[in-house]
Amino acid sequence: MTALVSSGAFVAGLLGALTGLGGGLVIVPLLTIVFGVDLRYAVGASLVSIIATSSGAAAAYVRAGYTNIRVGMLLEVATTIGALLGAYAFPFISPNIVAVVFAIVLLVTAVQSLRPGVEHVAKSSSALARRLRLASAYPTPHGMQPYEVQNVPAGLGLMLLAGVLSSLLGIGSGVVKVLAMDRAMRLPFKVSTTTSNFMIGVTAAASAGVYLRRGYLNPVLALPVMLGVLAGALVGAHLLSRSPTKVLRPLFAAVMVVLAIEMLYKGLRGGL
Amino acid sequence: MTTPDRPSRWTDHEVEQLVAGLLRIGVLVSAAVAALGGIALLVQHGLERADYHVFTGGPAELRSVAGIVASAARLQSPGVVQLGLVLLIAIPILRVALSLVAFVLQRDRLYIAITSVVLAILLFSLLSSGHP
Repeated sequence: MTALVSSGAFVAGLLGALTGLGGGLVIVPLLTIVFGVDLRYAVGASLVSIIATSSGAAAAYVRAGYTNIRVGMLLEVATTIGALLGAYAFPFISPNIVAVVFAIVLLVTAVQSLRPGVEHVAKSSSALARRLRLASAYPTPHGMQPYEVQNVPAGLGLMLLAGVLSSLLGIGSGVVKVLAMDRAMRLPFKVSTTTSNFMIGVTAAASAGVYLRRGYLNPVLALPVMLGVLAGALVGAHLLSRSPTKVLRPLFAAVMVVLAIEMLYKGLRGGL
Repeated sequence: MTTPDRPSRWTDHEVEQLVAGLLRIGVLVSAAVAALGGIALLVQHGLERADYHVFTGGPAELRSVAGIVASAARLQSPGVVQLGLVLLIAIPILRVALSLVAFVLQRDRLYIAITSVVLAILLFSLLSSGHP
């Protein structure tokens, strides 16, 4: 059983790293639907795995020099407050509602992952972004490319939602973070992706602390899941340059759709 | 030291590179601690039926940082696994703390305040006493 859980987690980590979509989103459905794990233990194990992969991957992202630490830290105020709200609300929310919300996030992420992104570059920063000194520059082959930042309040609002979803579902909330940083705040893709990774571990830690004290971290489950996802993510990162991302993305999106249908079914029938 | 007008000795990027290196070591150390506890757990208890299908919450000692440290100090295997997980949760908190140090060195008051709020929320989540 433990070996099966661990191999499942390994595949999730591997696919997550190879597709850039993160493995966190499939861990809770995998544990609850396939292995019959209690939702609380599944969310706890998933959050711990997310912390491991995002912290482990930080070195690679930082070397590239794209992370905007001021944007990350500012938005973390919203994601950590959201995560605490979600963690305290969790016991009062029916697992069936969690399952339905999970299905929606899976579907939106699957659709989003197949659509080509359009970069919206802002010509100037908003007054608030200027006061917070959020504009910066990132390295390109042609030298440093400056960029501006807009719509800080919308970004903060979406990040609060990202934090709530992260703690309720045990995920990194990548899809909401992309909405906040790419669409609302108009950050370049490379900056938003790396800054998002910076924030995921911190957001997950905010709810993991509460869940630890509530007994959601089951060592017998969290350990094999965390080690499996971490190993999968590390192998995935090494294979990245040689892998057919174009084939894998639709495959992973299809897995998400199947899991979404299962979660929706469980949620509506009340089987989680 | 630097004045607020001059650029600091440490750029954001240099600080982040140092921090990222520490994070990677932290992940390896905490995963190793948890894995050693896991091996001990396997040796002591063997492949007993996994007990994560029904929620029990586990023993109270393994639900607080102080209890986990005490249990791990007695080399009880579930406590050692849990210690590895706590170390893992501490890594992003350490990252925020190091960012705070960087902003202090840069004398950036606005971001010292913002980072302090994030750090306070994280410490409250992990360390505040009582059953949440």
